[in-house]
Amino acid sequence: MAKLTFKTDNCKGCGLCVNACPKGVLSLAADKINKKGHHPVEAVAPEKCIGCAFCATMCPDCIIKVEK
Amino acid sequence: MVIFDKPHALADVPLHYCPGCTHGIIHRLVAEVIDELGIEGKTVGIAPVGCSVMAYNYFNCDMIEAAHGRAPAVATGVKRALPENIVFTYQGDGDLASIGMAETVHSAARNENITVIFINNAIYGMTGGQMAPTSLPGQITQTSPYGRDVNHCGYPIKICEMLSTLDGPEYVARVAVNNVKNVRAAKKAIKKAFENQVNGLGFSLVEVISSCPTNWGLTPEKALEWVESKMIPYYPLGVYKDRHADSNE
Ligand SMILES: Cc1ncc(C[n+]2csc(CCOP(=O)(O)OP(=O)(O)O)c2C)c(N)n1
Ligand code: SF4
Ligand code: SF4
Ligand code: SF4
Ligand SMILES: [Mg+2]
Repeated sequence: MAKLTFKTDNCKGCGLCVNACPKGVLSLAADKINKKGHHPVEAVAPEKCIGCAFCATMCPDCIIKVEK
Repeated sequence: MVIFDKPHALADVPLHYCPGCTHGIIHRLVAEVIDELGIEGKTVGIAPVGCSVMAYNYFNCDMIEAAHGRAPAVATGVKRALPENIVFTYQGDGDLASIGMAETVHSAARNENITVIFINNAIYGMTGGQMAPTSLPGQITQTSPYGRDVNHCGYPIKICEMLSTLDGPEYVARVAVNNVKNVRAAKKAIKKAFENQVNGLGFSLVEVISSCPTNWGLTPEKALEWVESKMIPYYPLGVYKDRHADSNE
């Protein structure tokens, strides 16, 4: 299992990372609003993460750090 | 082990771009290349006028703000005065292909040893979505509400195809950032465009097909689909000119 860290406050809730993830790890948090007023990304199934970094590759805002 | 993190050359500040705007991906790719080549301390970036007008806040190397379209002229001056430094411009399609067309063509024809990163999102993003020289035939914009009529407004300008007819430029390539595979290919092309300058080979331009979800009136996801289904067929990806293609292999 890889480790994901998010700069949640700067996330713009665009969802490009959610679409890029092949394992369904990520989702936009419908019940949370960050300081910028967006529904930020969160890992809903972190145990499924394979550390491919597709999410981070498609994130325009460098929100996601991926470690293995 | 860190698999992915923000590159050092990209400043640790929030970007002002709209949600899902791929300007941010392209900024990151440029910063990753600066890191990998170890040139942050000697790189000078030239920011344009357009949505990326504040690019000077986002790169940790030295940055200069040019008047609209004049980035290649400023880059020419910096590079000729400081040939040991690495000089790049970052320009939108309104900036590079409209008001700055003369600077673009002549810096390419002179084979100035600079790197040009050209962001083609087929629109004037910053000013609210007017038609650009690169807007597609039939594309609805603020100034073409019934779709771009080529009989009235003429045809889009294909920068890579046009510049590759010149003897001057060293390297001209078109890439896109609408999926993981294309982002990786875009990084390779951007890296080559910087390496060419390090190796003294001359004018290297990478056109990056980018999205503008806000002014296209699409969600970030749908905007990337529009890049795939509408932009790439009109603006085919690939290397249009590479003078040292064989010797580099
Ligand atoms: C001399 C001058 N003319 C016109 C403008 C208005 N203007 C600001 S940005 C822009 C076009 C920006 O479009 P583009 O270069 O495609 O960048 P984008 O915002 O799409 O990234 C224009 C025409 C200006 N700032 N200065
Ligand atoms: S690293 Fe890969 S598997 Fe893990 S969340 Fe990102 S895209 Fe999904
Ligand atoms: S791609 Fe980046 S900014 Fe967009 S939702 Fe995912 S983490 Fe947030
Ligand atoms: S207006 Fe378009 S190009 Fe400008 S930041 Fe917003 S989405 Fe990006
Ligand atoms: Mg534009």
